[in-house]
Amino acid sequence: MKIAREEVLHVAHLARLSIDDDAVETFSEQLGSILEYVESLSRVDTSNVPPTAHAVEMANAFRKDEAARHLEREEAVANAPKAEEGHFIVPKVIE
Amino acid sequence: MELHTLTIHEAARMLEKREISAIELTDAVLERIHTLDPLVDAYITVTADAARQRAKMADQMIAKGEGGRLSGIPLSIKDLICTKGVKTTCASRMLEDFHPPYDATVMDKLNAAGAVMVGKVNMDEFAMGSSTENSGIKATKNPWDLSRVPGGSSGGSAASVAADMCMGSLGSDTGGSIRQPASHCGVVGIKPTYGRVSRFGLVAFASSLDQIGPLAKDVTDAAILLNAIAGYDSRDSTSINRPIPDYTSGLTGDIKGIKIGIPKEYHAAKGVSESVTAAIDQAISVFKNAGAEFVEITLPHTDYAVAAYYLIAPAEASSNLARYDGVKYGFRSPEGQGLLDMYKNTRSRGFGAEVKRRILLGTYALSAGYYEAYYKKASQVRTLIKQDFRNAFEACDVILAPVAPSPAFKIGEHIDDPLRMYLSDIFTLSANLAGIPGLSVPCGFSTEGLPIGLQLMGNYFDETTLLNAAYYFERQTDFHRQKADLSRALNQ
Repeated sequence: MKIAREEVLHVAHLARLSIDDDAVETFSEQLGSILEYVESLSRVDTSNVPPTAHAVEMANAFRKDEAARHLEREEAVANAPKAEEGHFIVPKVIE
Repeated sequence: MELHTLTIHEAARMLEKREISAIELTDAVLERIHTLDPLVDAYITVTADAARQRAKMADQMIAKGEGGRLSGIPLSIKDLICTKGVKTTCASRMLEDFHPPYDATVMDKLNAAGAVMVGKVNMDEFAMGSSTENSGIKATKNPWDLSRVPGGSSGGSAASVAADMCMGSLGSDTGGSIRQPASHCGVVGIKPTYGRVSRFGLVAFASSLDQIGPLAKDVTDAAILLNAIAGYDSRDSTSINRPIPDYTSGLTGDIKGIKIGIPKEYHAAKGVSESVTAAIDQAISVFKNAGAEFVEITLPHTDYAVAAYYLIAPAEASSNLARYDGVKYGFRSPEGQGLLDMYKNTRSRGFGAEVKRRILLGTYALSAGYYEAYYKKASQVRTLIKQDFRNAFEACDVILAPVAPSPAFKIGEHIDDPLRMYLSDIFTLSANLAGIPGLSVPCGFSTEGLPIGLQLMGNYFDETTLLNAAYYFERQTDFHRQKADLSRALNQ
């Protein structure tokens, strides 16, 4: 099974990836065969089975809303590809 | 005596008696890395200067009688655990130059115990893989046969322990990434119960499955390391607040009356090599001699575990890895016009093929029209897999299984067939889906002389029983004492 080229390109756009033509071909085959394999799940009767999001059951983890020391602004932007005066610099957003 | 060959508990005793110093120990390990790592390629970063400094501090603490349980012990750390000011790459071009502004909780704990980090070790990019071939930096070799993979994704951790280039390591396990490389490299590795060890500062792959754990030269060392890192952490909202037993004092070696479950589905699994089957059968007879009771158990949804896992893990990954957008940290592509172009070029050039494949798969499984059929369905099957284990642990204390269907494969052998690579995780990833602990302990060698690991899985938060069963096994055998012979490769 292969998944359609347009579908690969659509999903790639959703994931903010650009993929060249050769790779589209490879991914459509590889993703197709993986999806074909996971199709086996449809054989399992899951009516009335709740989904599991976390392996170990737990209630909400709350903490007190208190002021505490966190990263200084300069530390927070220290790894940014581009930063100025404690701000992240991004390319032009609106044309 | 060659200091690098010591185990943690041996070295700790000698340090305490002042028979050796921490600086001698660290220097011996650094020298070993210098000699062997050009062959094995386990390390991404060696932190020699910082390590020597910490070793000197450890010597001072020991002299004052204030040493911690890991004072002066040289360890390697998988390169997805944040280390303050020390490059943490996740073996990705995306984070090639990322210097975390804080330490992971496990690093805080190791530092407080006096441990000496000697460096950061290689892995599959963002922990996605079973061979360490997906590293964006280099491929690590298996010390037992340099033409083979060390397993993955914690391949650098396992190889560095096996080659005595550290005394122990921290890895992470999302679908077998500690146990499988431990098995392939002939060392001990344990994935703790989900929530036992804080994930704060662990770069996320699949948050509901990821767990940090130790790789070590023997079971006692694994117990020591697990004690050092386990515990509740308010900075990880999924960590569990429960008392931590003393795992080392739980190592009595007495397992009389223990009930060991053998899943019949695992016996029926296809593609398990003869050498693995033989080693596992041999291990069963060792346990029988101890007075263990064997029961056949059933895990009826085993056949669906790989499928459920390869939807859930990529779905979580696609969401977690959305943060690599070229803005806050990491790589940014200089090409293109405007913000959208920058995102796409950055992510396309920063991520390797396997990471992209999983992001695409996960995005697909979560996208409109597919969510119910894929992600939700997989999460429901996960409930059934969990239930299988709950039922099984009504009848037994420990489940015995292989770790991997075959010993370490050749570098490049499976790289073009991702599905085949995924299928080899069949025995390990169920423990992550269920959240239970699992470990790998050396249990034999293939005809080519490659190590084979035995997997033991336990009930939630019952690492003590697991470790003790493995400890008994280790005392009856000498597989863990055998070392890869790298002298010939060195002389070439």
